[in-house]
Formats: sequence, structure tokens, C-alpha cells
Amino acid sequence: MKFIDGYRDRDLTDRLARQIRKAAAGTYTFMEVCGGHTAAIRRFGIHSLLPEGIRLISGPGCPVCVTGKGFVDRLSVYAGLKDVIITLYGDLMRIPGSGGRSLEKARAEGADVRIVFSSLDALSTARNNPGKKVIFAGIGFETTAPGTAAALQIAYRENISNFMVISAHKIMPPAMEAILKEGTRLNGFICPGHVAAITGSGIFDFIPRNYGIGCVVSGFEPADILLSVLMLISQVNANQPSTEIQYNRVVTEKGNLVAKEVMNEVFESCDTEWRGLGLIGGSGLIIRKKYERHDAESVIQVKVVESPDDGHCICGDILRGLREPSDCGLFGKACNPGEPVGACMVSEEGTCHTWHKYRLSDG
Amino acid sequence: MCLSIPVRIIEIEGDTARVSAGGTVFTAGLQLVQDAKPGDYVLLHAGFAIQKITDEEASEILSLLDEMEDPDKKQE
Repeated sequence: MKFIDGYRDRDLTDRLARQIRKAAAGTYTFMEVCGGHTAAIRRFGIHSLLPEGIRLISGPGCPVCVTGKGFVDRLSVYAGLKDVIITLYGDLMRIPGSGGRSLEKARAEGADVRIVFSSLDALSTARNNPGKKVIFAGIGFETTAPGTAAALQIAYRENISNFMVISAHKIMPPAMEAILKEGTRLNGFICPGHVAAITGSGIFDFIPRNYGIGCVVSGFEPADILLSVLMLISQVNANQPSTEIQYNRVVTEKGNLVAKEVMNEVFESCDTEWRGLGLIGGSGLIIRKKYERHDAESVIQVKVVESPDDGHCICGDILRGLREPSDCGLFGKACNPGEPVGACMVSEEGTCHTWHKYRLSDG
Repeated sequence: MCLSIPVRIIEIEGDTARVSAGGTVFTAGLQLVQDAKPGDYVLLHAGFAIQKITDEEASEILSLLDEMEDPDKKQE
């Protein structure tokens, strides 16, 4: 396929790996922030191509994993109401809420919970079910939030009054800053390419400027990731941290202006809770007052009681890059893809799920 | 979650495009991109085209990688 095959070419990746081995001098720790990168790195066996001194660790970039349990609990309460249809991305279905209760369980008990591919499909569900309230679970980073915003604009314009959104959308840079402030030791970030397709690479500029840590915005194919690692090594070796774009077939410095405008017209920033990282100022997106009649939390107020996390699950530390799945006593035993305890085991892009899938119990 | 795939626009009707990913056809909302035309490649994410893919830059980076010095070759 165009824009894919060329970046998976074996000769090319071999040569890049050799270039990396040649350039590497000492030890380097790079964090891939995006769950898509975590999955791609494991899927393509990137670790096996790198010399021992280069460590790639996963960050908090799987939106399903960092979404607080309270969000799942809230959706469960909505799902139990009469004449409500919950629409969500498939990843959310099996995330355990309080007491292990997931949306999948709510559906098994008779709630109307439907998986959609897009917020536009949720909008069609609302059009086709005028007697029901259709609530779309908006999760995801800057890549996904503009799509939710576009659906809200259409609902507003066409007065599709039974379409509502509950937003747990988040933005990436404050979480990256929180990780640096927490003291996770890094030599560079492999930055999320599809977030930057929307935002532009400029949102990462404060990281090299204020923290002296390099940022390379990377694509998701093997050659993309290897080239990004090579670029980060060069930055470290030259002691010149900066923001660079490896993924320049889609990313520019300024990003997608239309999408940013749509997102900003519908959402405003708020403080929000991240699983593992706690409350991060200005890291969430809530629906502006103009759209409040489509904001599920304003229209249908419910009481949600959240119970504390399972004390044995270390998802929080994994999301901060402090520990790895093999450090968890539950990993592969009580917690597995069939019966996940923590969110990192549920999502296809969760670190624990990826480790389990590719049998990486010993790193 | 931020998974996006490169797709080719087959045809456009209003704000909606039919797009192809290696022969598999999807529908994509065009609300987030400007001036998309049939034949263009775009990134498809959660039912929306989120960015156009620049052909020149893709081939440019590929040829740059192609031309990269092969460290082992010199020794042969």
C-alpha cells in the first residue's frame, strides 16, 4: 500500500539499524508517548534491532489507559437509564470501572451500548432513534477530539437534540511535562505523529527549551521509528535538543488549522484526572457553554460513586515509565487480556496488553 | 487509539468522501480538511480525514533514506 510498504522495506530498516549501532555511544532512554508507537515498536520487533544501550519506554499516550475509572462508572450509570443509547469506541467496552464493572457487563445486563467507528456513526444513531438519547463517549487526544467537535457542530446546526457527548478528551503536552516534573529520566521523546498532524510540532517546543530534552515527531512504520531514534541519538550526542519532524509527510510546524479551529470552537481546556498521573492542570477538554444542550453532563445529571483502585495493579507506574509490566504480580496471571484488571491490559495499545501479546515477560 | 491509515479519496459528495485503503472502501468525513480532491491521499482517523498526505515529502524522505550511507558496504 502506498505510504506504508516503502517504510517497511527490510533493506532500509537494516541499514537504519546499522546506522543506529554506529551512532550510539553510551546509554539512551527515549520515551514513546503514543500508544500507537508502543504497539508498532513491539509489533515490528524494533527492540531487537537496537543495541543494548538504547532503552525505549512507554508513556501515558493510550487514552483508554489514562481515562479515569470514574468515566467508565459515569457511562455505566447513563447506560442504566431508560431510553438511553451509549455509543463508544470498541476499546472502551471492556475497561473495568469500579468493582470491575465494564460497559460490556452493562450491555450483558440489557443496557443499549453500541460500538461505533466514528462520532459520525453516533450521530446517525441519534438521527435513526429520535425517541432515545444517544450519548457518545468522547475519548482521545488531539487526534480524535476534532472529530467529536465536528459531530457536535453538526448536531448543533441541524438541531439533533437527542445527540450528546460526554467528554474525557485530553491534550498531550501537559502530561509530557508532568512526566518530566515527576523525575522520570529521559534523553528524548518520540513524539506522537498523529497528535502533531493536528496540532503541529510547535506544541512540543517548550520541552527542549525548558527541559533540555529533545523531541522528534515520528511516523508509525518501522523505518519512521528507527529514523526517529537515530535523530534523537544525534541530538543527544551533539547536546543540541530541539523539536524535529521525522514524519514530514503529514506533520508541519503549525498543523491542521481547520481541525484546530473546529476543536477550539467546541472545547475549552480544563483540569482533568489522569490515571497514574493524577490531576493535571489544563490537560482536559470540556464542552463550551454554547454546546451545553449536547453536553450529557449538563443535560442529564447523575450521581456516580467511584470505588478505590485495586491496590495490586501498577498501571499508574507503568504509565509514568517508572515500572514495566513484568514488575507487576498480576501480569499474565490474575490480569490478562481475557480478564483484565487494569486498563493497560485492555486496550490494544496498552503497554501490558502489548507485552502480553508479544510475550515479553522478561523484557 | 490515535491509529490513522493513509487512504485515497475515490469520490466526494458534499462533506463526505468514499476512500480506499488498499481496496477496502470506507466513508470519511471531510469537515476537518480543506480542498480535498479525488485522488488525494489523506490520513483517516475515526471516520474523518484529518490531514492531507504530501506526496513529494513522502518520496523525498524515502529517497533520503535510500541514499543513506551503508556503513557495512564501505568495508566490503
